Amino acid sequence: MKDFINAYSWINIHYLLQGLWITVVVSLASIAGSYVIGSVLGIIRYVNIKVISPLVGLVIDIIRNLPLLLIIFFTYFGLPNLGFRPSSVWATILAMVVFESTMIAEIVRSGIIAVDPGQMEGARANGLTYVQALRKIILPQAMKKMIPALVSQFISLIKDTSLATIIVLPDLMHNAQIVYGQNSTYILPMFLMLAIMYFIVCYALSLVSRSLEKRMG
Amino acid sequence: MKKLFRLVSVIISSLALLVVLSACGSKALSAQNVVTRAKQSNTITWGVKADTKLFGLMDVKNGQIKGFEVDLAKAMTKQILGPKGKADFVQVTSSTRMPLLKNGNIDAIMATMTITPEREKQVDFTRSYFDAGQSLLVKKGSSVKNVKDLNKKGATVLGVVGSNSVQNVAKFAPKAKVLQLSDYAQAMTALRSGQGEALTTDNGILAGMAVENPGYVLVGGSFTKEPYGIAVNKGQTEFKADLNDALTKVEESGEYNKILKKWFGNVPGLNYKGMER
Amino acid sequence: MIAIFHNYGGLLLQGFGQTLLCSVIALFFSLIIGSMFAIFETTPIKFLRVIARIYIEVFRNIPLLVITMFFFVVIPMFVAKISGFAAGTIGLTIYTSAFIAETVRAGIQSVDPGQMEGARANGLSFWQAMRYIVLPQAFRYVIPPLGNQFINLVKNSSVLAFVAGFDLMYQGNVIASDSLSTMSTYVCIGILYLIITLPLSYWMRYLEKKLA
Repeated sequence: MKDFINAYSWINIHYLLQGLWITVVVSLASIAGSYVIGSVLGIIRYVNIKVISPLVGLVIDIIRNLPLLLIIFFTYFGLPNLGFRPSSVWATILAMVVFESTMIAEIVRSGIIAVDPGQMEGARANGLTYVQALRKIILPQAMKKMIPALVSQFISLIKDTSLATIIVLPDLMHNAQIVYGQNSTYILPMFLMLAIMYFIVCYALSLVSRSLEKRMG
Repeated sequence: MKKLFRLVSVIISSLALLVVLSACGSKALSAQNVVTRAKQSNTITWGVKADTKLFGLMDVKNGQIKGFEVDLAKAMTKQILGPKGKADFVQVTSSTRMPLLKNGNIDAIMATMTITPEREKQVDFTRSYFDAGQSLLVKKGSSVKNVKDLNKKGATVLGVVGSNSVQNVAKFAPKAKVLQLSDYAQAMTALRSGQGEALTTDNGILAGMAVENPGYVLVGGSFTKEPYGIAVNKGQTEFKADLNDALTKVEESGEYNKILKKWFGNVPGLNYKGMER
Repeated sequence: MIAIFHNYGGLLLQGFGQTLLCSVIALFFSLIIGSMFAIFETTPIKFLRVIARIYIEVFRNIPLLVITMFFFVVIPMFVAKISGFAAGTIGLTIYTSAFIAETVRAGIQSVDPGQMEGARANGLSFWQAMRYIVLPQAFRYVIPPLGNQFINLVKNSSVLAFVAGFDLMYQGNVIASDSLSTMSTYVCIGILYLIITLPLSYWMRYLEKKLA
């Protein structure tokens, strides 16, 4: 009990909250970036443009099937070879955007496919152009279908930022490790707090998604 | 029809191409002259440890790294760039420091790194700024008294990925199994949770751990000599010369001894007077 | 790159083997545990449903790294010594089983409820109906998503690198810090992961199309 009281001193909690802040900021930036790029890639893959779509498809499949940890190493160690010196925050965001965009592209593509193909034909028959039909008829329906998959992908993204401790991103996991690394009686309290903080953030997001589904459904 | 998408994809692919081309145009950071770049940006980026008490340890209160090496790096930066020169610190571990330097994420490594012939093939070292020796940390009352006690089947020694001391274990206790953790905090945690009988690395680092973790003691004296040097990339001869100069000036001004006393003045069993310069 | 394969072939092979081994072990146990909780979720017994809900929500919302480090760091302090490989495999099993439970539950619920009622009307108990009628149909339906879970499992097994689990990623870090050709080492590691995941991923897409 004494360990817990000491471990949860304001200094330590404050340090953890700083880490949580980094986790949230990095996650939000990555979610925004990968949502935009992933949607574009997913649509490119769906509309099947000669040469480009299969090429995009191949790149997506390769990146999607690699561990995120490896992508993190690539951006962190690779960028200086191209003349940039990334901070661990930017390296993580870049890695996250690259990796998650491919995951989201898959979700978007299968979301569009899941919309009845007859809809497209009907819209075209009613005089809409291909792009109009896609934008006005297909995508809004696909969006609704995609929400659960997208949200669980975003939750994965938040959890996976913890992997970036390996390139010393000062996130929640990293800061907790620093705290318990300096005093091992703090190990158990720190793990409990880690679980609680991650759970709150991720569970809150899944609750939001559920209410969103209800409202749209 | 599909024009919009064709347009979008053309834009994306040309952007990608642009990034690649501009990247090819600019030189890899590790190949640029560090001194020129440091003077332009008025900053030297150092790789230091953040999990090693006395050398470089993260201060939870303000999120800054503090220790002997950090203070020495600051003093040397001021010698090279003038009193307004800025020292940036990137947290490294034994396994990440070499890749970080080689790829250009950092300019120099000052992270309890022993000068060895093996490493000198890969990087250039300044002259030694601290003389350490490898030792063992065990639980108080452990049957392990020196490195020979570990030379048996079933013994597990804990170390850190990429550290010199791990390779030394193979020399002094070839029968022991070695577990390489990612940093010293992890290694200490592993020792506490009984993943191995002993943790091995340099005495200065272990002294810091023994201070932090009562119930664990240094045993067996030091069985190797480990002079610490600052590592820079091959070909950075100007930077290396500047660093050696700066080290000499810091030593002559008495600043070195002040920093040494600040960090090692109160460590039981460590005679810092003998290490003064 | 060829030099990496040539000089460190043994280590790479060992890492490849460990990665496969821990993925297969974790898949086996997470299938059992995941199906168990999926059945709990569909039983009429409220207590079991609550237990399953808590298990799934907790472990789906905590990072794999936290679970794995818990077994590597905390459990040895209070219970018993666990190797990095075991800690990693246990962490992967618990984490993945929560996802598999969700997948299998969706599969069970996709089977027409009339089937269960019909089976019960014909005198089968809930468990018998589940075992002989519902689960076999559900599994056919969930094979593609399960395959994708396995791919995730293989990728997630890189978490063993954090706990000295001697897997592919751990060996990658060791080789990178030894050879100092960071990028080509990680390219080699990437290729080895793709050898496992890429064919699986295409196979699953094919199955999805066939079943749909």
